[in-house]
Amino acid sequence: MVKLASAEMAEKKLATRAAFGATLAELAEEGVPVVAVDADLTGSTTTKKFAAAAPENADKLFNCGIAEQNMIDVAAGLALTGHVAYTGSFAVFGTGRAYDQIRNTVCYSNLDVKICPTHAGVSVGPDGGSHQMLEDISLMRGLPNMRVLVPADYAAARAAIKLAAKTPGPVYVRMGRAAVPCVYDDDVELELGRAYVLREGSDATVVACGVEIREALAAADMLAEEGVSIEVIDAFSVKPLDEDTITASVAKTGCCVVAEEHSVHGGLGSAVAECLARKNPAPCEFVGVQDRFGKSGEFEELLGYFNLDAAAIVEAVKRAMGRK
Amino acid sequence: MTDLTRVATDLRCDILRMIAEAKSGHPGGSLSCTDILTSLYFGGVLKHDPKNPKMEGRDWFFLAKGHAAPALYAALAHAGYFPVEELMTLRKLGTRLQGHPDCNLCPGVEVSTGSLGQGLSIAAGTACGLALDGKEGSVFALLGDGECEEGQVWEAAMFSAHRKLDNLTAIIDHNGLQIDGKVTEVCSPEDLGVKFEAFGWDVHHVNGHDIDALIEVLTACKNSRDGKPHAVIAETVKGKGVSFMENEAGWHGKAPSAEQLEAALAELEAARDEEVCRG
Repeated sequence: MVKLASAEMAEKKLATRAAFGATLAELAEEGVPVVAVDADLTGSTTTKKFAAAAPENADKLFNCGIAEQNMIDVAAGLALTGHVAYTGSFAVFGTGRAYDQIRNTVCYSNLDVKICPTHAGVSVGPDGGSHQMLEDISLMRGLPNMRVLVPADYAAARAAIKLAAKTPGPVYVRMGRAAVPCVYDDDVELELGRAYVLREGSDATVVACGVEIREALAAADMLAEEGVSIEVIDAFSVKPLDEDTITASVAKTGCCVVAEEHSVHGGLGSAVAECLARKNPAPCEFVGVQDRFGKSGEFEELLGYFNLDAAAIVEAVKRAMGRK
Repeated sequence: MTDLTRVATDLRCDILRMIAEAKSGHPGGSLSCTDILTSLYFGGVLKHDPKNPKMEGRDWFFLAKGHAAPALYAALAHAGYFPVEELMTLRKLGTRLQGHPDCNLCPGVEVSTGSLGQGLSIAAGTACGLALDGKEGSVFALLGDGECEEGQVWEAAMFSAHRKLDNLTAIIDHNGLQIDGKVTEVCSPEDLGVKFEAFGWDVHHVNGHDIDALIEVLTACKNSRDGKPHAVIAETVKGKGVSFMENEAGWHGKAPSAEQLEAALAELEAARDEEVCRG
């Protein structure tokens, strides 16, 4: 069983992006040949903190200016010369703007480039639809050689960034802007291709990732009051997916809800549906953004507006259970 | 005729043979850069070891214009990276010689290319990596002039000059043609030398079919560490060496028929014999 945050720690709120620069500094200190490549967002992504953490780190941050395509391929060149290259920018630019560079250079050549943009999903809030990346998991999941990690909190983001360094080849780590409550213990270590059962239950399985983990846990509390018991699984490793843990849970509960701060097309929901269709067909419901662009608003407001909050998960669980 | 001109002719003959055998591929842009590749791989410009492609301290070459793969494959095979006979497997199922270079299959290919506009950025990142570790190697990237229509080339141009990557040389195969016609008529980037200079590069111009001149300028770029990346604008002829292919955009991505191959090889071999007699 993975170690979870204590009640006291769970009160703490931190953004996943805050783990980026700090963890790169840790890796450098451990002797991992990390470099960071960013595109004029070194403060927002926190790669600046990596550069400032030690004098020798200053030369290991490459700021490409507002040129994300160049950013990805510069990282590719750094990887060719033996460095573990982490890229930054916002998720909308760091994946979508540079998709061809990620596809044709990083993934096709199978290079040690870790695509780690921040500000994914609706967490970027007031910046609006142009900046709210809701298709990145779909884009990255479709690429051969790419692994896709979506951490739930600061500690999980730190673990995912470290896991990326240990995993040869391309890895995508999705981080957000908003401060979110701690779910895991500070020193949690996560394994590639493993999902974690955070709450055991018998009536429905809720598979989630990223900020939807806290919503799923809140939904579990709300449903418990109604006498409904749900199993909450953190599928932070969207690819490779822990199919055994998910199918075993759904075999027990008989239905499934997938929740993600992402489009309902092509993300974790699709990955879980593909798995269940092959291994254990069961009623599924999907909590995510319904084939539309984002909108300006505060993060917490947007979770409600787009039906991504705990209440939406509660409703989805009831629908799924009704279809058993 | 110098030995290197003979090497270049051998490469041209093999480029045409393998494209004809594959029944597809890009002869025009392969023939335009053959003398450049000959200078790099056989003229003592690149420090490389065909028996140890990942040799520590080597120089790095990136074929940004990945569709000229036949020219690179011919150069690598003749240099000894893999058997020359393997060239005839180009583009066939199971081959190491994919339609565009695949670094996980073909020895001597540093990175997979094919999507235009990316090679200079990859080369710049490599130059950064070598500089960061205090390593010696120099980095060369070969771009097409049509490729310079890709905006990313200018992102890389800006970045390389800003970071003073003087261990980096971009070679532009300036053959003036792209698939749809003349570069100046499709969407002209105008004077590429002026543009690279405006970005802060050390710019050179050379006849891209004069092997001695190419070796001289590429060696000078390699040895010059004056705080600026180097650009060599190599004036070339698309389809060089085969009269019916020269300066014809139609030969960008078309394989010669058996008869056309025969005529092309006869022409290349006649030119070689004539040169041998002359000199």
